[in-house]
Amino acid sequence: MLEKVNEIKKLSYKIRKTILDISYNSGEPSHIGGALSMVEILAVIYSNFNIKVSKPLDRFILSKGHGFLALLSTLYCKNFIKNKKKIFTFQKNGSDFIAHPIMNKSIGIETSNGSLGQGLSFGVGLAISYKKREKDNSIIVVVGDGECYEGSVWEAAITATENNLNNLFIVVDCNGHQNDGAINKMMNFEEMKKKWLGFGWNVNSCDGHNISALIKVFKKNSKTKPTAIIAKTIKGKGVNFMENNNDWHHGRLTKNLYLESVKSINKNYSL
Amino acid sequence: MNFNSTDAKQWLRMGPRAMFGQFMINIAKRNKKLMVLSADLGRSSGLARFKIEFPKQYISVGISEQNLVGVAAGLADEGFKVFVTSFAPFLSMRASEQIRMNLGYMKHNVNLVALGSGLSMGFLGNSHFGLEDIAIMRTIPDLNVTCPSDCSELGKVLDDYAFNDRGPSYIRLTGIPGSKNVYDKNYGYKFGKNITITKGDDILILCHGSILGQVKLSVKALKKINISAELINIVSLKPIDESVTKLFKKYKKIITIEEHTSIGGLGSIMAEKILKNRIKTELLSISLPDKFGPTGTYDYLLKYHGLDSESITKKIIKLVKKK
Repeated sequence: MLEKVNEIKKLSYKIRKTILDISYNSGEPSHIGGALSMVEILAVIYSNFNIKVSKPLDRFILSKGHGFLALLSTLYCKNFIKNKKKIFTFQKNGSDFIAHPIMNKSIGIETSNGSLGQGLSFGVGLAISYKKREKDNSIIVVVGDGECYEGSVWEAAITATENNLNNLFIVVDCNGHQNDGAINKMMNFEEMKKKWLGFGWNVNSCDGHNISALIKVFKKNSKTKPTAIIAKTIKGKGVNFMENNNDWHHGRLTKNLYLESVKSINKNYSL
Repeated sequence: MNFNSTDAKQWLRMGPRAMFGQFMINIAKRNKKLMVLSADLGRSSGLARFKIEFPKQYISVGISEQNLVGVAAGLADEGFKVFVTSFAPFLSMRASEQIRMNLGYMKHNVNLVALGSGLSMGFLGNSHFGLEDIAIMRTIPDLNVTCPSDCSELGKVLDDYAFNDRGPSYIRLTGIPGSKNVYDKNYGYKFGKNITITKGDDILILCHGSILGQVKLSVKALKKINISAELINIVSLKPIDESVTKLFKKYKKIITIEEHTSIGGLGSIMAEKILKNRIKTELLSISLPDKFGPTGTYDYLLKYHGLDSESITKKIIKLVKKK
């Protein structure tokens, strides 16, 4: 276990560093804060589930599309995208790698996204298909806490419990912020747990940056219900000047800021 | 799917919604991959029997149209042949962005069946009418828009989508039980192609949906007073069968008739084509006004808006006599 946790820790560092590299290289503002809040979540999902390009088994859907920097970096660090030059086309004219995912099954991008509140319904469709085909694998969807203001999330939440989709996970990345600032207290970490419980889901919560805690909550799934993992995270996690600073919801890294942010993650993760 | 005149008569009495359910049963018998989804309008979609006979191929997601489209896309991604039903505005407007993302942007092969479009919902009122759906749906890239004119054509359209890879679609159902038939005997349907209903010399009439039954009566009445009309069924509003532009040159007067607002439907499509092809012709578009109108029986509403055969005939005569 310890070995595995260390391995995922290293992967998380690598993903964080790649996020900063890609963002800086683009020369454009990008969604860094919300990407950094979900690094450990992605690192655990891509290490613990059987996600493959050639034969789709477990499936990952990024519903909070603006977290694409984190997904792109994960896909690179996990060797789904082999060519480093390719990821550095991020936010360059004509590139397929932009602020939000563009579906490309050949490198493991399952859906096009960018309009919030749509990923869970798609995941429900996949999970129902898996049940019908008697496939044992899981569907994992990551949404943001701000995204949960979208009514369609809750429409899908009902369909998931009505169909006993115990093969479906949702991870709510509760970084406490949305585009315009801090999230209202009615949608905070504690309230979020109550909401998913109220919708009949099996709910587990944890520190979304604690790798062993994340591994554990994914194991506490239910035999009859879909599982919601409410992960308390920090927007901008790992880069001191970005943490809980919503200016980094969508920001541009200058050379100095880039160097400072790399210094910051090196120090925080002592690697 | 072939049919004979007895089928056509019987289907006419059942109407498009009940027949949709029947056709789905027929397709389910031949296609194990078929999945039919509804947002709590199974009964209204004629699917009561389908639910009993094919429970594993039917999903009700509750009253949640946005969710309906997303779930359908997930199933289509896993290789199911998916048909979803709801009333026209609830699909084309409430779930519009889900359609744009899942069917347009990602091209997931889902068939949307819009029930009760046009004015056919009668006393349920404007909230349930499909007045603007063609205009909205045809702006979404790669989404086919198909408007069958009677139950037999509906059967052919559904069969074509069920057994071919045509890409995502919006299938618009108009008319009610007893609406006039367009086809009383079997005919050849080809995806994306117009169908000539009558040949003529004096004027060109382009039409889609159940209103075609009314127009067919008008064409008969016109013939009696020596006005010969060429009537074309534009069953595919997207893609458009470009062969229609060849006909433009033959006629000095062209008429489009549809149960849709004057904005963005067949009238707009043809006006663009006439302009682009620099055709010197007069275009009369008979359609619904850009206004919410009254409520009443389907027949009352057709008359109110001048879409019954008598009113259509009068409008055409006026155009023909105009110098």
